[in-house]
Amino acid sequence: MKARVFVTLKPSVFDPQGQTIADALHSMGYDGVQDVRQGKYFELDLDAATPDAARVLAGEVADKLLANPVIESYRVEVD
Amino acid sequence: MKFAVIVFPGSNCDHDAYHTVKHVLGADAEFVWHKETDLKGADVVILPGGFSYGDYLRTGAIARFSPIMAPVVAFAEAGGPVLGVCNGFQVLTEVGLLPGGLLRNRSVKFQCEQVHVRVEELDTPFTCAATAGQVLRIPIAHGEGNYFAPPEVLDALEANRQVVFRYCNAGGELVDTANPNGSARGIAGLCNARRNVVALMPHPERACESAVGSADGLVVLESAVAALGSDGMLRTG
Repeated sequence: MKARVFVTLKPSVFDPQGQTIADALHSMGYDGVQDVRQGKYFELDLDAATPDAARVLAGEVADKLLANPVIESYRVEVD
Repeated sequence: MKFAVIVFPGSNCDHDAYHTVKHVLGADAEFVWHKETDLKGADVVILPGGFSYGDYLRTGAIARFSPIMAPVVAFAEAGGPVLGVCNGFQVLTEVGLLPGGLLRNRSVKFQCEQVHVRVEELDTPFTCAATAGQVLRIPIAHGEGNYFAPPEVLDALEANRQVVFRYCNAGGELVDTANPNGSARGIAGLCNARRNVVALMPHPERACESAVGSADGLVVLESAVAALGSDGMLRTG
């Protein structure tokens, strides 16, 4: 079963990479882009019997390794 | 008196730390590979700078699960002196021995330059031989040294006097232009509540001989020798 994990910096955490990308887009003329936040995306191939079990497993590995809860939050999607 | 220098795959300041301890300080030093499960009877543990696991995922995120980290955490929790430098600082935040985290520099660049830091607290095993407000000229070399913690955590760090080093100018003044990476409140280094775990982004071990431009960093390691004393008992007050 596949799971997708999206890890992003918490809203309160400054994202200098996202800011640099936003600045680049503005200099390219994309004034309609108001803000950019950069994150990470993981595709997990899981040995799980049900979507709920996959969600639990993906959440556990996100808590333990994929995200640092001090600075990041995450979201899990399961097929 | 013996220092353990932990070596992760990708550590690259391990030899700097070893050289400084052994040949400049004149203490015993031993490399400890991250797959080891004991600290070889060391009195002090150094987590050196570098790029453990290539900085994959997040700096320090994978190294903190190395087998050696369980004995490092146990050593720290028993009150043993632990020094984290640069990547070592990042590993210590990931493993939870120090609060907060290190974000990408506000410049979004890897910065390699000499900076000044002011010693803010003397009652730690890595600053007890310094003088109050002493300014150290030591180098930084990092892309993720921008210290972050939520405001309430920063307030608690200040209240408990856990901010051990702050970026400053040559005169010791805390000005934003002297903050190389955007760290919250100019924090260059801090300690845990018990004060035995100290970490900083700049590299004191790379500035311990006048031949390399500055010997200001030596006081950090000399402090460990002074703190442990001849009987090996930790005293910093």
